[in-house]
Amino acid sequence: MPPLLEVKGLRTEFRTGAGIVRAVDGISYTVDPGETVAIVGESGSGKSVGALSVLRLIPDPPGRITQGEILFAGRDIMRLSGSEMREVRGGEIGMVFQEPMTSLNPVLSIGRQITETLEQHRGMDAAAARKRAVELLGLVGISDASRRLKQYPHQLSGGMRQRIMIAIALSCDPKLIIADEPTTALDVTIQAQILELMKDLTRRLNVALIIITHNLGVVARYANRVNVMYAGRIVESGPAGDVYHNPRHPYTMALLRSVPRLDRPRQERLDPVEGQPPDLTRLDGGCAFRPRCRFATDACAESKPSLLPAGVAGHLAACFQSGAIARETGEAA
Amino acid sequence: MNAAGRPLLEVKGLRMHFPITEGLVARKLVGEVKAIDGIDFAVHRGETLGLVGESGCGKTTTGRCILRLERPTAGEIYYDGVDIARMERKELRGLRRRIQVIFQDPYSSLNPRMKVGDILAEPIKVHGIEPDAAKRSARVRELLSVCGLNPRFADRYPHEMSGGQRQRVGIARALALNPEFIVCDEAVSALDVSIQAQVVNLLEDLREQFGLTYLFIAHDLSVVRHLCQRVAVMYLGRIVELADGDELFGNPLHPYTQALLAAVPVPDPTVEAHRTFRPVQGEVPSPINPPSGCVFHPRCPMAVEGCKHSRPELREVRPGHFVACSEVR
Repeated sequence: MPPLLEVKGLRTEFRTGAGIVRAVDGISYTVDPGETVAIVGESGSGKSVGALSVLRLIPDPPGRITQGEILFAGRDIMRLSGSEMREVRGGEIGMVFQEPMTSLNPVLSIGRQITETLEQHRGMDAAAARKRAVELLGLVGISDASRRLKQYPHQLSGGMRQRIMIAIALSCDPKLIIADEPTTALDVTIQAQILELMKDLTRRLNVALIIITHNLGVVARYANRVNVMYAGRIVESGPAGDVYHNPRHPYTMALLRSVPRLDRPRQERLDPVEGQPPDLTRLDGGCAFRPRCRFATDACAESKPSLLPAGVAGHLAACFQSGAIARETGEAA
Repeated sequence: MNAAGRPLLEVKGLRMHFPITEGLVARKLVGEVKAIDGIDFAVHRGETLGLVGESGCGKTTTGRCILRLERPTAGEIYYDGVDIARMERKELRGLRRRIQVIFQDPYSSLNPRMKVGDILAEPIKVHGIEPDAAKRSARVRELLSVCGLNPRFADRYPHEMSGGQRQRVGIARALALNPEFIVCDEAVSALDVSIQAQVVNLLEDLREQFGLTYLFIAHDLSVVRHLCQRVAVMYLGRIVELADGDELFGNPLHPYTQALLAAVPVPDPTVEAHRTFRPVQGEVPSPINPPSGCVFHPRCPMAVEGCKHSRPELREVRPGHFVACSEVR
């Protein structure tokens, strides 16, 4: 079965006062129908820009996709016209963003925001769209739909707003939903409700999900596969279990060691990733993680390692030293 | 009780109600937000007490009352044996040297128009600790290096630094007056994972080095488990459970604590695959009109009829483990 989404060598740049910032630097990955892929990384790693590029939502200027192919359901997204792209966005690909207060329109009622999508993409009349909107609210666990449809975003709680965003994302039966930090702004118990809802709905409706997050726990609970990003590149990719238990990139390994765990008693000290995150305007030709890496050698300064098979099938890492790292994590395990 | 056995901080029956008014000219009182509704706890010298809960539970307001940035509606706050809840502005000045704060957001808590050196020198100057400018700047350089920053950063502006570096400046500022007690209000929440661990380690080192006592307010339970000896869980203005860290996380008794812990995903796919989990239903009710009886009863899987009527008090169910739930034996 061909993948639903295939990103090949995507590069997105921003022209800034400090020079050209390559926010996404040649990333390639695939998403199969119905699967959940996590993209994990810290601020500035390019995880959001990479996803917005798939939707061609990068403002130009200052941003531009300078290289790469994005194949979605067999079509090259980069070649679509503006109006064709609008059909895809919100139609075949749904979106859920971090901040439901800023991604919902504050002066339109909830009902209008859902029916608008349906009228635009599905050509429904007002009555049919309203009927579907009531159904959708039920689907995302909002009771008392007829009252809710008349309300405005400010009258709803954060969790409720994010449910509305999910209802809108699902409204046109998408094949893929891109969720950018969908629960970061929410409280723990509400976060769990929303993530369970997304998992349940994407499985039931067979929708693929790209979930962008910095939370390693969320990845472990919900993702089939994970892409780890650092300084605009995917440094490690593979089935979540393999990446977590046998990391082959020093950044992934260090990141996993640095987080305190709720299921373990107090330990002596955390083992942080030393140093500071990279300045994207000052990257050289070598591996961007090298200044913080204890495995770094002279070769790491000369060229950027490419993403190559490491370990089990489907597990890839971009590190010259992934063999040495495999030995170390193997011994620890 | 002698001074050695006495807790450094003791909070008794603390309440903080904010008035809600209507009308532009004739302000009419129409209600109250019960941000804190009667809480008791103590913090001992050298310990770190974690205060956890979701937004609106009153954890930040509790910190602000202890710092006396708010004047509590009722209750007592004994700091080193003296009730500070009713102290006036002038008396509070001395207290400011002993109790300091680290805020969440390293972007908005540093004045963007002041150099880092001036930010750190200001409290030393205001409190008249070091009138000599040269000695003051030596102290600033020392503070920076204690917090893992290059002393040259004194000449930089906050915008020239990363989030992690700014948070270190915030910590250095809290240390400037040699305090005993620091309220850390979501002090590591805004930081990236790899930087968060560095700052957590710094906070631990400083606690040892200077014999500090922390009230660590946070919503990230994993960090709290790592950093705190004892933990209090708040819900809607009340403490629902308080115990030793390992006891609370290993054997949570209150249904809300259990729900909270179950909601946190662990960074391990194998562990997660074996966890069965149903998220707690509903959302946190409004503190303007909290539910009757036990405030958690509308969402509680264990609730019985009695929970709607009587408010459970915090009681010690086993040594050092306090729970406010009538159904816990």
